[in-house]
Formats: sequence, C-alpha cells, structure tokens
Amino acid sequence: MGLTHQSTGVGILKEMFEVQTDSPADLIVALAGNPNTGKSTVFNSLTGLKQHTGNWPGKTVTNAQGKYTYKGDKYLLIDLPGTYSLLVNSVEEQIARDFICFGQPHVTVVVADATCLERNLNLVLQIMEITDKVILCVNLMDEARKKGIVVHLQKLSALLGIPVVGTAARTGEGLNELKETIKLVAKKQFPVQPRRTEYDNILQEAIELIEPRVHALLGEKVNSRWVALRLLDSDRTLLEAMNRFFNFTLTDDNILRESLAQAHLLLQKNQVDLNELRDRIVTGIVKTAEKISHQVVTVENKNYNRFDRTLDGILTSRFFGIPIMIALLGAVFWLTIKGANYPSALLTTVFYHLEGHLTLFLQWLGTPGFIYDILVLGVYRTLAWVVSVMLPPMAIFFPLFTLLEDLGYLPRVAFNLDHYFKKACAHGKQALTMCMGFGCNAAGVIACRIIDSPRERLIAILTNNYVPCNGRFPTLIALAGIFLVSGAGAFSSLAATLAVLAAVILGVLLTFLTSRVLSATILRGLPSSFTLELPPYRKPQIGKIIIRSVFDRTLFVLGRAVAIAAPAGLIIWLMANFSVNGQSLLAHCAQFLQPFAHLIGLDGYILMAFILGLPANEIVIPILIMGYMTESSMLELDSFLELKQLFINHDWTWLTAVCMMLFALNHWPCGTTLWTIRKETQSVKWTLLSFLIPTMAGIIICFIVAQGARILGLV
Amino acid sequence: MNNKLIPLHQVPAGFYGKVKKLIAEGAARRRLLDLGLINDTVVEVLRKSPAGDPTAYQIRGAVIALRSEEACKLFVEIIHD
Repeated sequence: MGLTHQSTGVGILKEMFEVQTDSPADLIVALAGNPNTGKSTVFNSLTGLKQHTGNWPGKTVTNAQGKYTYKGDKYLLIDLPGTYSLLVNSVEEQIARDFICFGQPHVTVVVADATCLERNLNLVLQIMEITDKVILCVNLMDEARKKGIVVHLQKLSALLGIPVVGTAARTGEGLNELKETIKLVAKKQFPVQPRRTEYDNILQEAIELIEPRVHALLGEKVNSRWVALRLLDSDRTLLEAMNRFFNFTLTDDNILRESLAQAHLLLQKNQVDLNELRDRIVTGIVKTAEKISHQVVTVENKNYNRFDRTLDGILTSRFFGIPIMIALLGAVFWLTIKGANYPSALLTTVFYHLEGHLTLFLQWLGTPGFIYDILVLGVYRTLAWVVSVMLPPMAIFFPLFTLLEDLGYLPRVAFNLDHYFKKACAHGKQALTMCMGFGCNAAGVIACRIIDSPRERLIAILTNNYVPCNGRFPTLIALAGIFLVSGAGAFSSLAATLAVLAAVILGVLLTFLTSRVLSATILRGLPSSFTLELPPYRKPQIGKIIIRSVFDRTLFVLGRAVAIAAPAGLIIWLMANFSVNGQSLLAHCAQFLQPFAHLIGLDGYILMAFILGLPANEIVIPILIMGYMTESSMLELDSFLELKQLFINHDWTWLTAVCMMLFALNHWPCGTTLWTIRKETQSVKWTLLSFLIPTMAGIIICFIVAQGARILGLV
Repeated sequence: MNNKLIPLHQVPAGFYGKVKKLIAEGAARRRLLDLGLINDTVVEVLRKSPAGDPTAYQIRGAVIALRSEEACKLFVEIIHD
C-alpha cells in the first residue's frame, strides 16, 4: 500500500487548504507561533499590502496569505493560527498541525517572543518533531533588550540544530536576514538537523518498536518518529487527518497494528497508562525547553518585569481595577461622542453643498422630476446621513479600541471581569468580544473565535447584540440628547453621556442575565477550563494602529453600511411615496403596526423604522424622519431642536424616547450580524435564536416600562 | 521544611509553590501541562483579580490567569526561602 502521488504536495495545498500559487516554482512558507509574539507584524512586514485574508476551508479560523519577492524568487507566506502547542487538539492547533504536516511547506518559520523564550520553545520543539525545514524567528528583540534579557542566538541555533534569526519586526530589524535564511532553507542550501526531543527510555523503546514500520509505509512524506509517538498517544485526529489527506488509514496495516500492540504491552508492563504516557510526552518537551532556555537566556536585569507588575497592580487592583476600567471605557465613549460632533457637522455641510451641485448637474442632464426625487431625496440623502453620522464615531472609536488592544490592556479587562462571567457560566474573554461589539456586532461575533470552548463561544455570540454597536449609538445619543436633556452647554452633553452609559450598563446586565439563563437551559454545562495569558504591556505603534483600524475596521464597516443604505434609501423613498387609497405604503404599514407598537410605548412609524432598518441600524432614525415628514423625504437636520419639534408634533413624550432607546438596545441584530452568526455557527437554529432572544427581551422590557409609566400616571 | 501539599488556589499572593501533583483529567490536564505545569515547576502567585478569582500566576516566564476550578487541581508545596 502506498500513497497516491496526486494527493500530495501542491495538490493537497490547492484542494485541501485552498492555497493558490501563481506558478509551481513559488516557494511556500508557513508562519507559526504563539499568540502575542508579533507574528502578524512579521507577516505584515514581509508581505506589505500584498495579502489576502479568508477562512480555512470549512472552518471559522482566519487564514491570511501574502506574497513577497526576494532575489527573483516568489514566496507565498501562509499565516497559521497562533497556538501555544499542537497537542491539545483545538481547531486552531489541528489546522496548524495539518498544514505543517500535510501541506508540506518549503519552510516553516516559528515566531517566538524573545522576552518569554522558554514558553515559546514548547511549540518550536513540537514543530521540529514534524518537519526538518524549520527556522526559528526570535522576535521582539528590541523589547528583550529594553528589559535586559539577552538571548544567545548562535548557541540557541546550535542547540536546536535549526537556523535562528533575531528580529524586531516593527522596526524592520533582522527581516532581511530572515528572508535570506528562508531562501537558503527553502532551496536546501542550509543543512538543517533539528534536535529531537528526548523522552524517557521506556517511551524511546516503545517508539522504536513502531517507527520502522511507519517509515516503511509513509516514506519521507511525514516524520515517522513523530507519527509513531502520536500513534502511541492514540491520537485519532491525526489518523483522521491522514485519511483525509492521503486517503489512507495507517492502522489498516496488520504489521503496524501488531507492533503497536507490542509497544502498548511494553508500556503496560512498566505501568505507563495513557495519562502517564501523555504526562511523559509533555514532560519531555517542557524539560527540553527548560534546559535549552537556561543555556541561552541571560537575564541581566532581574527586575525586568517590575514595570508590568506595577502597572498590573494598578490596573487590576482590588479597589481601582474596575473603576479605572469603567473610566477608560467611559473616556473612549465620551471622546467618540464628543469628538464626532464636529466632523459630523462638517460632513453634513459638505454633503449639503454637494447636493446643490448634484441638483444642478441632474437638471443640466434634464433628469425627470420623479427620477431626481428618488436619486437625491431618497438615495443620496440616506447615504449622506449614514456617512456623516457613522464615519466620524467609527474613525474615533476603532483607533482608540485598537490602541487599548495594542497596549495589552484588553486581556486585563477579561481578567477583571472573568469572575462575573463565570457566575453567568460564561468565559472571561466574552468581555473582549462585548467591547468589540460596541464597534460593530458583526465584528464582535467574529471576535468570539478567541473563545476556544464551543459552549461559551455560543453564549458570547448569542448575547453580543446586547451591547449597542456604532450603528445604534447615534440613535441612543440623539434620543438622549433630544428628550432627556433640557438646556444646552457642557452639562447637557454630560447628562446625555450618562443616559447612554446607563443604556450600556443595562445591556451588560442583560448579557449576564441571558448568559446565565442560556447556561441553565439550552446551553447547559459546566464552564470549561479557563486559561488566560496576560502578555507584557507593549508600546503601541500609533501610525500602524491608525492605518489598521481605519482600513481593517472603519472602512470595512462603513463600506458595508453604504452598500446597504443606498438600496434601502431607494426602497424607503418608494414606500413613503407610493400611495394606495390616498395613503403611502409606509403609512399603511405604520397604521397596521400601531396597536401593538402602542402597547410597548412606541408608535407604528417607529416600529416600522426598526423593521426597515434590519439591513443596518444606522438608518432607523432617517427612516423615521422620512415617515413623519409630509414631504416624504429626509429633511436637513440643522439642529436637534427641529428634530425634537418634529417628534413632538407626532405625539412623542419622554416615554416614547425611553422606550425607543430600550428597543434600540434590545431588538433583532442587523442583517449583517445575522448573516455573520449564520456563518460562524453554521446553524439556522442558533441564528434564529439570536434573532428571537433580544427581540423578546426588548418587547417585554418596553411593555413593562410603558404600561408601568401609564398606570402610575407618569405620562 | 513543610512538605504539606496544598491546592494552588489556596496559596496567597506573593508566595511561590512547587507543583507536586496534578489531578485534572482529559483536555483540562493537557491544557495545564501545556502551560508547563509539570512536576517540580515553580509557580509564583502574582495577584488575585478584583473579585478574588481568577488569579494571575507567573509560570515559566509567562503570566497566566487561572480560575480556582483549574488551580485547585494542582497541588503544590510552598517554598520558603
């Protein structure tokens, strides 16, 4: 029995990993490493903007590929998921392992953190068991120098038997040497002889019983010593993967089964059961990493982590930890709300002027009045509203959020809040996905991938919509500003901020409550194991933060909103202007919804605005205005006062504003978020639930508030 | 020298413990071992989170937070130095 050659090498890359090379001569480089080692900085520095991100086939794990050219050769760089190990068998670890093992990259570069080498060597040693073509890239050399940590790279290279390159990817230090080393290893011009991890004698003996047969079956395709070890460990996932990639089941071979039985017998005789065996495997790796790191790392400054510890002492302190966190998040919101006013006003003016020019242009073209109305009053004004209301807050929020992320503060938030999430039977990292949800719920749902246990991840996905995203913030802010605040000046913006903050806190409380209820009902189960790394604080790279957050997040979200707003503007304009029996379609719908809407403190137009706002929450207020206006198109909103008058003319009270705020906080997720949930959970059932849960919560809360206020005679 | 083994979550902040026994099973066991928590590993208890749980530990150069549910599966010997 042998391997089918069509299913190896480039064939596997294309079919199983969807890796597309331009020509067979392209060299494929896999990039592996622990999280928080600056792996993505290495990736970005090597490939620049020539990259493409997607998902691994059939998985919800991000896959980034990039290209670069060095000395006339083309390289395709594959960024593998960040993992600490390849032994625990999470989805990420399986992807990384399968790619290194079956994807047969020309080189695998393992990125390690120079300030924390011992822990990183764990993964390096495991990868060295799988492939010979390994390079160790010791990154963050600048951080290490600052902390007085010296890594002796040559010695490390000699001890590991693989090339070692020191880099500081953000300054570009060492990247040329890395490229040169990649070239040499890829072209087999550099002798690489990885040192194999030594296990204790019984294990070695057991391996030797199996290895020859594995080698006879697999040849040089895969490292047979490693496969033998995995077989001893009864690693089913590897057998399954081998079946998938090679169409070949290793344990079908009788001779191998026999020697495997012998090996297990040997282990049994020495009282090594499966648990003990696994312990010994890990112990072998950890001890080797310990031994090597002691030989190559010199800490000149024993108090190198004093700064981090002092900062942690403040930021996660018993008394100040949570107040500081609330203050920081509050500051981010305040800056976003306050700072967005001016550019928003500016954009509104610009769009108003543009409308004049557009009108002249369309008149010059001789456009019929009907088409002009649709294009300008419908599509253009909706677009202009969405851009001027959404762009400034996002362009402020996302960079600030990315700044906190870059500083290393976000894992501390998870650390501070984990206790409360544990009480709700959820995961501390849900705090981070919630924070991300403030920017965009769809982005928050995608961020739930960082939660590695499926149950907790589902809880985080289903409850993400409780935090108001950037699309709903303007609604909350506008309503708070109009109705809950009388007067003007500094006090009013403070009061509006407090009202919005209260809404946010309510959202957080509902998140806990819903998580708890879900854990007690449809997502029953004990919280799974929790480990959270608190990486060292890092100096943020301001320039890169702005570029990354503007391009990756702001423009992405805005582009989506614009794409949705334009057709939505068209449909809404038609609904508002197409009359049946002397009344617009919008009015008919609103009338139909009126009785129910009144029960929950809203009116038919508001509910209709939320329904039509399904594609994007940003357009709820514009739709509402369009519905209320007799002219049936969006008006120029010069001031909140005009808006307030319009609402009061339609029988609004403070209760209407409060109920609309509550409903904005708790209703169905927007179309994009629902679509993202569908993709992330691969399930219609969970998508449906993510629609129903917040909607029911919103209806119940609004009903209680509206009826309560009416019974008590508050309105 | 006191050889009494106590679960890691009961070790107060500022103390060092040497891992002597791990009673977790399955995936949880692997995860803890993967952090390098094998026998004789020295763990420094750094601090408790504001609510008292989880706790941050210095393990082989990295700072890792563990909930008491995980930490109680590790039995350590307090190091007095």
